[in-house]
Amino acid sequence: MRLAICHLYPDLMNLYGDRGNVITLTRRSEWRGIRADVSAVGLGEDVDFTAYDILFMGGGQDKEQKLICEDFQGLKGRALTQAVEDGIAFLAICGAYQLLGRYYETGCGERLPGIGLLDVETRAGKKRMIGNVVIASELGGGRPRTLVGFENHSGRTYLGARVRPLGRVCLGYGNNGEDGFEGAVYRNVVGTYLHGSVLPKNPWLADWLIARALERRYGPTSLAPLDDGLERAAHDAAIIHAGRLARLYRTPVRSRDIAGTGRRRQPVRATAGDDPEHKANAAVAVVWRATVAGQTMGKEDGK
Amino acid sequence: MRDLLAVWAGKAALGLSRRLGHGGSSLPGKVALRIQPDLLTAYGKKLRRGSVVITGTNGKTTTARLLASALRDAGLRLVHNRSGANLIPGLASAFLEQFVENPAPPDVALMEVDEAVFPDAVGRLRPVGVVVTNFFRDQLDRYGELDTTVSHVRRGLEAMAGEGFVALNADDPLVAYLGRGLRGRVTYYGVDDVRVGTKEMTQTREQRQCLVCGRILDYDVFYYSHLGDYRCPGGDFSRPPLTLKATDVALDGALGADFTLRGGGPRDLRVTVPVPGLYNVYNGLAALAAAIMLGIPVERAVSSVAEAAPSFGRMERIAMDDREILMALVKNPTGYNQVLSTLLGQASDARPRWFLMALNDKYADGTDISWIWDVDFEAMAARESAVAGVVASGTRSHELALRLKYAGLPAAKIACVPSLSEALDRTLGSVPTGGTLYVTPTYTAMLELRNVISRRGYAPQFWEGEV
Repeated sequence: MRLAICHLYPDLMNLYGDRGNVITLTRRSEWRGIRADVSAVGLGEDVDFTAYDILFMGGGQDKEQKLICEDFQGLKGRALTQAVEDGIAFLAICGAYQLLGRYYETGCGERLPGIGLLDVETRAGKKRMIGNVVIASELGGGRPRTLVGFENHSGRTYLGARVRPLGRVCLGYGNNGEDGFEGAVYRNVVGTYLHGSVLPKNPWLADWLIARALERRYGPTSLAPLDDGLERAAHDAAIIHAGRLARLYRTPVRSRDIAGTGRRRQPVRATAGDDPEHKANAAVAVVWRATVAGQTMGKEDGK
Repeated sequence: MRDLLAVWAGKAALGLSRRLGHGGSSLPGKVALRIQPDLLTAYGKKLRRGSVVITGTNGKTTTARLLASALRDAGLRLVHNRSGANLIPGLASAFLEQFVENPAPPDVALMEVDEAVFPDAVGRLRPVGVVVTNFFRDQLDRYGELDTTVSHVRRGLEAMAGEGFVALNADDPLVAYLGRGLRGRVTYYGVDDVRVGTKEMTQTREQRQCLVCGRILDYDVFYYSHLGDYRCPGGDFSRPPLTLKATDVALDGALGADFTLRGGGPRDLRVTVPVPGLYNVYNGLAALAAAIMLGIPVERAVSSVAEAAPSFGRMERIAMDDREILMALVKNPTGYNQVLSTLLGQASDARPRWFLMALNDKYADGTDISWIWDVDFEAMAARESAVAGVVASGTRSHELALRLKYAGLPAAKIACVPSLSEALDRTLGSVPTGGTLYVTPTYTAMLELRNVISRRGYAPQFWEGEV
């Protein structure tokens, strides 16, 4: 078997180590005996999207986003839309996630059009949302699983009716720091603010993308399980660490409805008043109980 | 009166923080600035020869060390923030420390300054000279984006209003562009030796677009990352002619790098920089450029640079009885790549080496660690026979171990030991007698490791004595 991975604009959109995601997709395919070919596509180059199985685009600076947006007007944009409707797997991080949306509204109210693949809109914010993020995602079906990463954005993204969130924020800001959602999913497209890189320490998401790509090309397949000891250790350590740091960086913490039970949890009462560390730790503990501790995150992989 | 009070309070804080073992970097300055906010301006005015400020992402500390050696040899008395505390309180601390030693005003202030506070530092110190080394991605979580960092430095340079000299790294398009339309004396330094470069950019790229028209720049040669000889295909922008250049670069020494300096005077001179790697050739050039602009005879500056001691944590050797530690600070992908290729040495040298790699994510390290995915650990994995083993340590040791796994290093050669002192014991125990342990820590991990090492009676703590 073979997967063709297309890294879009690696020279312009690679702001925060996002290429780790491409490394992860490649390695996890190769470890299973699936050949992975990565091609880079740059500004002004024609792309035959039907030749690819997974697309990836990372974060970039504002002026680079503008260049790319222009590049996608016309034919290239229509071909991409077609590929997405056809079920191509696509991971877009941060700036790329914003770019896939309908528009980006600047501070002066000017609307810069996006590619329009995702029914989301982004508005410039004054405050930069920076820090560790933990979210609980139901993307893989079954019980929610955690994703952990690092966010750094000032744009606030709001979801439209045609997308669903990637997950709910347990710790950090997420899409806009208001509604508790993080990321957006449409068909097999995942947009998220999570850097980190996100895939290495959240291997279930990497495998979800690989599985979607294989399914589309070869029909129903099952992924062979891998030894994810190191991945799991890094994932768990990052969550615990994020909880500890939340106190130092005053990251907002949400502890409601993380387990996806539909019931709103009682806010956790700290004995020492409103001690943010206690709240952060409590939130992480809730996530922990709901997802990590009970059934380790790797267990559902390969089903 | 207020000045005296500020100095007194700062002194007290200095003594206290030393006693607590913190090395007294920025707390005394913070205290003194609280009492006398104009401290820097006031002291800056008393300097006979004025201030020299070094900014940029990488190489500030080493460049400052090399330049300090040249200034001191020229008989000038210095105040220098040599511990690398480069925010405003750190600068004030350096003045305080100097004042405690000798209340007579020194001749020159040599200050390395963080890019984000550069405009503020220029406003306070009114420097007679500025050096800009390079711009790489570093701690973006703190500054937002690279463009923001560059614009800070631009504002600072504009605030100089044509007074004093500016030495710019011509090989970095982001730095060279700052010289456009800049008033005052501008000198450009760079490397002119295609043998030490590559045709293709192999490592992380920062900025390859023309800053005028946005087109991708053409490169005749890349020296490392986006440093090289470049031009815009539309003719809008190209590497400025080099005023001061390094040719015939020799990088094979483990203890230093050599090059021929052209443009410094009527004759070409052979220069030895006492720290290895191409990036230190740039640091040597930057220091020489500043020394020449300050009127120091070039021959003397060259010999001072050769005799300078390596800076704190930037590639230093520490003897541990019958073993040795070679410690090199790492803080961003480009620096890490340079350190790795220097530590791994020539491809023919396959002696297996032990590494202790420490990754912390405290504020001074940068809280976002995603940059490790831009480090070319793949090149290290490709030289697997030269790697006996790597112990990943620090607050984010697990992620570093994971990075090494995905780089293709065999799992058997990777261990994860979060505690730095345990990691040090374990790796030192693995190094054979007479061997070297290669240690690559981020900033706070380096401070912690130095504490561990000095508690065991090795390596002086950094405020003790001048090197």
